[in-house]
Amino acid sequence: MWSFENISHSIDTWLYDTFNPTTAMLLEFLIIAICIIGLFAILGLVLILMERKVSAWMQIRLGPNRVGPGGMFQTVADTLKLIVKEGMTPNNVDRFLFNLAPFIVMIVSMVVLAPIMFAKNFQIWDINIGVLFITAVSSVSVIGILMAGWASNNKYSLLGAMRSGAQIVSYELSAGLSILAIVVLTGSLKISDIINSQENGWWIFKGHVPAIIAFVIFIIAVTAETNRAPFDLAEAESELTAGFHTEYSGMKFALFFLAEYVNVFIVCAIGATLFLGGWMPLHFGTANKFNEVMDYIPSSIWFFGKTFFLIFIIMWFRWTFPRLRIDQLLNLEWKYLLPISMFNLLLVTVIAILKWHF
Amino acid sequence: MYRETQIVSDNSLTTAPDVDGDLVINVGPQHPATHGVLHLIITLNGETIKKVDPHLGYIHRSIEKMCESLSYRQFIYVTSRMDYLSSHINNHGCAMCVEKGLQIEVPPRAQVIRVLMDELTRLASHQLWWGAMTMDVGALTPFFHAFREREMINDIMEETCGARLTMNYMVPGGVMVDIHPNFQRKVKEFITHFKNKIDEYDELVTGNVIFQNRMKRVGYISKEDAISYGMTGPSARGSGVQCDIRKLYPYEVYNKVKFDEIIETGGDSFARYIVRMKEMRQSLSIVEQLIDNIPDGDFQAKTKAVLKLPKGEFYSRIETARGEFGVYIVSEGGTTPYRIKFRSPGFSNLCALDHMARGGKIGDLIAMMGTLDLVIPDIDR
Repeated sequence: MWSFENISHSIDTWLYDTFNPTTAMLLEFLIIAICIIGLFAILGLVLILMERKVSAWMQIRLGPNRVGPGGMFQTVADTLKLIVKEGMTPNNVDRFLFNLAPFIVMIVSMVVLAPIMFAKNFQIWDINIGVLFITAVSSVSVIGILMAGWASNNKYSLLGAMRSGAQIVSYELSAGLSILAIVVLTGSLKISDIINSQENGWWIFKGHVPAIIAFVIFIIAVTAETNRAPFDLAEAESELTAGFHTEYSGMKFALFFLAEYVNVFIVCAIGATLFLGGWMPLHFGTANKFNEVMDYIPSSIWFFGKTFFLIFIIMWFRWTFPRLRIDQLLNLEWKYLLPISMFNLLLVTVIAILKWHF
Repeated sequence: MYRETQIVSDNSLTTAPDVDGDLVINVGPQHPATHGVLHLIITLNGETIKKVDPHLGYIHRSIEKMCESLSYRQFIYVTSRMDYLSSHINNHGCAMCVEKGLQIEVPPRAQVIRVLMDELTRLASHQLWWGAMTMDVGALTPFFHAFREREMINDIMEETCGARLTMNYMVPGGVMVDIHPNFQRKVKEFITHFKNKIDEYDELVTGNVIFQNRMKRVGYISKEDAISYGMTGPSARGSGVQCDIRKLYPYEVYNKVKFDEIIETGGDSFARYIVRMKEMRQSLSIVEQLIDNIPDGDFQAKTKAVLKLPKGEFYSRIETARGEFGVYIVSEGGTTPYRIKFRSPGFSNLCALDHMARGGKIGDLIAMMGTLDLVIPDIDR
């Protein structure tokens, strides 16, 4: 059957048959780099279009509908405009840090893509500490944001960056703890192990109530981590005009924008992997006929379907809720989410030890 | 030669930090939250506000001076450009002042039409306020929902008055033209439509936990302070001040219709929000009572072609969507006023902003400005 697994496997075999191992490996690196950049661009285009269409649907508008069929090429046109725009650096900014910041934010979200499993056996790097790698690397992006806010020499940017710093550092905790809940149930940090452990049911179904609590906390925390409404205090356009990227324009702004959307994809992909079984089809214990039908759907469609479902939920939040205030945001994390997720982790550990999960 | 940077650095108000080393930021004159060219200089301690200093005059057009060279028929229409969201009511106030001076009796039909138009304007203004204020606290979708309903009112206005924003419909002695044949049908359609939608507004925003947390216990102003700052309108009624001109000094047919003066005693942003939400229902009920009872007769009293107010001073007051709007005319007996002074509600409401905002967060300030419902051309004139 046609699948990503076979394609990647045949390319790999062909490369190692034709070239010597070093060249083959370097060529594979190159192919992967091109794929990632391509994926990055496509994700940016698709997600921005999706956001605009979803928001239009919720706001009784049509959304982009002029460029291409149904406005499909609107984001392409926008990107072209941003590329040809002058890359301005304002006076009196810290030039080096100002120009470096968008690249840090973007590179971080590119690196985080590495351990994510897009389809059955289709993964860049099945590192044995996959989940830890993701949480560790993704928290580096706050440095890029702080750098942008500080280097811009703008008070709005600085306030936005400070908010963002406080927010990401706080919400990293409960996101990490809710990820740990699944790690405890699985007993492994490896992404492929986590997905394989969900063969007979996704963790959100198998893990009783604690898994559902962890899932809800995870969704809230990652919405905050990606700086999206109702936690978009770092940008808060009605308060801080555009927050940390007020001074950015052209392609440098586009990189921030792109990184934001790719980050949304990444966190939703992690959510789908941990709680919704990644590329695993929907299986019900003994309903064999049903399970067979589900198996016919390619694994990549399962993965992207789940991910985009979660992305839709996060977009739904954005277009429905008002924004929190900074102190309320931190209260929510430190007084509610963190204690709940700690207790939840304890509960999950008990369940895992007593083998109460299915 | 003056360089741009020198001008900025010369201005000690905008860039130099306070002696304590506080953070001073400018909100406006171009800022998404000020809904116009209001300039607030905010002194901050971290995220906490220490002082708010509003700077006005960016859209000053000297409307009061302009009115001195316009005749008593003409000057009314300049006031549409002040509070452009309740232009009908501004025009109404001015027309009432001229009628007072000339002792013109307004025919009953014109009175009812005027009140209908006023209340529709109030509804449209409050709808826009609702959308803009929720956008200030970060919810973007309600703005579009509010505009959907406002569009219906604008269509009704367009049919009858010929314009959608600056209607110029009131003349001394009545209204300029009779209502459009479709008017009653369309208003009834609007009433049935909006009755459902206002419940939707409450579901979407009022009950939201995040929204309530953002609005409750912020921007508090006590009843005494509200009075001493001269606050009027829904903003003052949120602090428990009884100040509805429609009740206290009824004009036109307001003493014949049944409606409640909405008073909340909370004094915070949420109380001001609730007052406006309830006022929308009251306006709707006033429109509902009057729409089937428009008496027959003239829509305009017979007046002379050239109006001359007798020598003296004349004052009239009216309740706009934002508060009390006062018109003060000094006449020397000529065809143009000697001096005109407008008392605009936005100005005195803005004055209370500093008092409310101190000790709050930046996000609160934006929400407070939303609940004060500031219209900048109304403040600057």
